[in-house]
Amino acid sequence: MSNSTTSDNENISFSKVSLPKSDVLKRLAISESGFIFDPGTGYSFSVNETGLNILRGLQKGKQPDNILEDLLTEYQVSFREAERDVIEYIGLLRKQLEGNPE
Amino acid sequence: MNINELTGLTIAITGMNAKPDNPGPGLAVARCLKESRITKCKIIGLSYDALDPGFYLSEYCNTGYLLPYPSAGENALLDRITEIHASENIDIIIPCLDSELPSFVRLSHLLNEMGILSFLPSAEQLRFRNKDRLKEVAGYAGIKTPDITSITSTSFFENCEDNDWGFPLVVKGIFYGAKVVYTATDAATAFNQIASEWGLPVLIQKFTKGEEYNLTAVGDGKGNLLNSVMMKKLAVTDKGKAWAGVCIYDQNLLNAAEALAKTIKWRGPLEFEVMKNDNGDFQLIEINPRFPAWIYLSKGVGRNLPETLIQLITDTPISDFTEAEVGKIFIRYAEETIIDISDFEKIVMQGNAIQQ
Repeated sequence: MSNSTTSDNENISFSKVSLPKSDVLKRLAISESGFIFDPGTGYSFSVNETGLNILRGLQKGKQPDNILEDLLTEYQVSFREAERDVIEYIGLLRKQLEGNPE
Repeated sequence: MNINELTGLTIAITGMNAKPDNPGPGLAVARCLKESRITKCKIIGLSYDALDPGFYLSEYCNTGYLLPYPSAGENALLDRITEIHASENIDIIIPCLDSELPSFVRLSHLLNEMGILSFLPSAEQLRFRNKDRLKEVAGYAGIKTPDITSITSTSFFENCEDNDWGFPLVVKGIFYGAKVVYTATDAATAFNQIASEWGLPVLIQKFTKGEEYNLTAVGDGKGNLLNSVMMKKLAVTDKGKAWAGVCIYDQNLLNAAEALAKTIKWRGPLEFEVMKNDNGDFQLIEINPRFPAWIYLSKGVGRNLPETLIQLITDTPISDFTEAEVGKIFIRYAEETIIDISDFEKIVMQGNAIQQ
């Protein structure tokens, strides 16, 4: 369950997070192993379990703050850590979908 | 006529060369047909060099014949095909090399009179894919193309940067060969190498940064593009040829190729090569009037395009293929085949392979 506190929640900075395009997210083939394939570009990459959860949330049309809530529910992790994971992963995902993985 | 009635056809296919860094498409076309529902067709491999492997791979070619090099002229080519036809009674011929397409287009009516059918673009359609008309053709497709010019000497490179032709540039042969160059010295070396292999002029194209995507299909000559298969290169050889690739689906790429086919009513096999830049915009690199060497992927994704071509040639209803299976990957590899010296001797001395 969530380890978050009220004071943590005051610093949410998702407004600056730029999401991948929804049509791109919808077409992604996502396997249980974390292997991702974009049939539109041919790019493929792998993600860890947390990344997989974030990606699935985005694919369902969830906003980052909803995804954050899901992560806090599922994992024993601090609010700060989960928030950082969501922000960093969405940025990384955008680069990977554009063919520029770090 | 239905597909099952196509068994027993004798199909001659050119381009049986298969050097790993730049293979001809012939063997892959033969493989598609051998694995199609026209399983009992007889495949005759046609090629120019006794070491071309199609002559010896009996799983793909039942027999093979040497052709005279294009420099020998069209009469020599026609005489040779007439000679082969007398032995083999060819039903269909599929040219697979850019350099021989103009000759086969000009000879097609004579071959047709002999009973050898083909499905080729017209001479005018063939001219559309000339490098100097790429801009016009790209316009039909609704996309852009990098500037291109033809040159006949290396003096172009001495002051090209002052004339809006800054490096890097792509030096290309009139039919084959392309090299990205970053300096005038490299450019002159590439020019000389390509000119010695493919002759003059040599083409200079502005370099486009991006990733290469290809589409192959068959045009029905009425403006329709049949059974398109799209591919992104995952690995390339030193010559930029696909070593591995994955089937993709991009609606914009399909729209561009279909718009082109609709405008010029392309007839026959086609490969549409584009670069996609970081903004997702396509730039037309070239159009090839034949199947690509990676055509076996079409069989792999459920759209056997050589089979479609045979159906068009024989006026058979076109198979209603399912959507191409995106995510299928091809990986090319090199392999040795072992032959007896007598097999090689037969090709060298008699110009034809042992019947299988």
